[in-house]
Order: sequence, then C-alpha cells, then structure tokens
Amino acid sequence: MLKVSVYRYNPETDEAPYMQDYEIDTAGKDLMVLDVLELLKAQDASLSYRRSCREGVCGSDGMNINGKNGLACIKPLSECVKGGKLILRPLPGLPVIRDLVIDMSQFYAQYEKIQPYLVNNEPAPAIERLQSPEEREKLDGLYECILCACCSTACPSFWWNPDKFIGPAGLLQAYRFLVDSRDTDTENRLAKLDDPFSVFRCHGIQNCVAVCPKGLNPTKAIGHIRNMLLRSAT
Amino acid sequence: MGMITNVTSFGRSGLSDWILQRATAVVMTVYTVFITVYLLTNPDMDYGQWLALNSHISMKVLNVLTVVSIAIHAWIGLWAVLTDYVTVRLLGPKATPLRIFFQLGMITINLVYLIWALDIVWGI
Repeated sequence: MLKVSVYRYNPETDEAPYMQDYEIDTAGKDLMVLDVLELLKAQDASLSYRRSCREGVCGSDGMNINGKNGLACIKPLSECVKGGKLILRPLPGLPVIRDLVIDMSQFYAQYEKIQPYLVNNEPAPAIERLQSPEEREKLDGLYECILCACCSTACPSFWWNPDKFIGPAGLLQAYRFLVDSRDTDTENRLAKLDDPFSVFRCHGIQNCVAVCPKGLNPTKAIGHIRNMLLRSAT
Repeated sequence: MGMITNVTSFGRSGLSDWILQRATAVVMTVYTVFITVYLLTNPDMDYGQWLALNSHISMKVLNVLTVVSIAIHAWIGLWAVLTDYVTVRLLGPKATPLRIFFQLGMITINLVYLIWALDIVWGI
C-alpha cells in the first residue's frame, strides 16, 4: 500500500487548506503519479486536478511532487516516492483555485508580455520565409517548452515578483523569438527587457533547470538575453 | 503592460546594475586578496609600516576604489532584497511607504559611510 498525502482546498467550504491522507494499492507496479491520482479520484470524486494528454505534451498536470515540481503523467513513483509516501501539492507561488488546480493568469500575463509571436516588417514573400538549417538549429532547446509552469513556480524571484519578473518560462520564449532569423523586432524586444526586474531578477540559481520536465535550460537562455543586451548597450 | 522603471535602484537600468554589481565584486576581491596576502606575509608589521602602506598613492587609489565599490554593491544588493521582501504582495498596502523609508535610509547610511570612509582613507 502506498501512502498518499494530498493538498486539499475548496475555498467555498474550507477555511484553510489542509493535507488529506489516502492509501492506494498500486499492486506493486511502478505507476506514474497521474495514475495514482486517477485511482484517488475513483476513491474520492471531490478531488480536483488538471490533466489532458497523459504523456508530457500538454503541460496540464504540473504539480509539486514530494517537494519538487514536475508533470504527474511522466513522473514514475520510483523516481519520487520517499519512505513509502507520496506528497502532492499544487505548484507553489500562484493562487490556488481548488486542490491541485492553480490560477495561472500571472504566468500567462508574463508570457504575453514578451510577444510570443514572430514580428516581421518586411513584405511577405510569395510562399514562406525560409531559414537555413543552421538558423533553425538555434531554436532547438527553446521551442520545445510546453508552458507547464513547473520552472517559473520553482523560482523564488518569480514568487516574490510575479508581476514584474518575467520568469524562466517567459524568458526562454523571449530568447526563442530574439534568436529567430525571421523576426525583425529584436531591438524593440531588447529595449523592453532592460529594466531592473524583467530579466535581471534572475540570480542564476537554476531551480528552473533542475525541474524542467522537458530537460530545457532557461538559465542559459537568460544568459544569452543578457549578452544580447550587453552587445547592444555597451 | 507598461515599462517597468524604478527611481530608487542605483543605475535605473537592469543591465547597468548587473554589470556594476560584477565590476564592484572584482574590485572588492582584489582588495581582499591583496590585504590578506599582505597581512599573512608581514606578521610582525608595526603602525609605521601600516601607515606607510596606506600612504602610498597606489594603496590610496585601491582603498578609495574599494570603498566606492562597497557602497555601490551594497546599494544594488540591498535594493534587490528590499524589492523582494518589502512588497505590497507580501505585507499589504503599508509596504510601499515602508519600502521607500528603508530604501532612502539604506541609501543615506551608504552615503554617510562612503563620505566618512573617503575622508579617512584619502586623509592618511
């Protein structure tokens, strides 16, 4: 039997959040955390969490698993259970809507700020804007982000200033468009980032790198943004 | 969303603060390493030798550079700490006057120490 402790909070009925304990029979299998949640849901239908693709592509089931942010659907019990116990909490730092479901508005507002789309002022070509294989290669390690928010909600700078610091996820995408050969708005994009908060609240502790379920490196991308700012401002 | 600015940060620009934080750290490291090595290699130094060292123009320049570096480094660092923890988000509406008070206080104390230290190290 696996002991599972889950963060529960229903703002309509609970005065404060609390941890609820369950016992689940995993039949000795190394299940994914999401499978355990499905079994819990069968036991207690009032439990709320987000899920969709169940294969690490949609980014819906980001949560805090035994103290570390990750995607429940691709996190096997053997990688996270300590002392026979699984502890599930919502991603930290953002408001809880109910149980493991958080309000991601602030996260999306930061993503929106970096203009996550190509800006190109040159006349559109007849068919499409071409990129050389080398130019395309620069987007590797950036475009794979699924916006699950595991990284930004593991970042203390984002906890303290979620309205001013863009956060690792947003900055990874900021660099993805800064480095894209088809984007012509580089100068404008950089000008919007040179304040004491947007980029420079990153102190390089690399919590984002440690938790990213896709193995991406936001700290490295932030370093590239800083170098681009240095190049244009010195 | 509008541009984020801040009137109490040292350089008003994230990049400027970032590069100064690193440059001042290098100056403080040079000073610390030099003084440590000097003290270790001169175990029976007397007041006269200490005075001679600090009267030398190179040492005077290093002393002044270090004192200025500490002031800038502290301003940037403490400003970041105050804007992390003394915020409306964590403490409610009273955080804004409190933060301004601490920021201006931190800047004032920094300047007092700076002027005082410059008077000492340049007056030797």
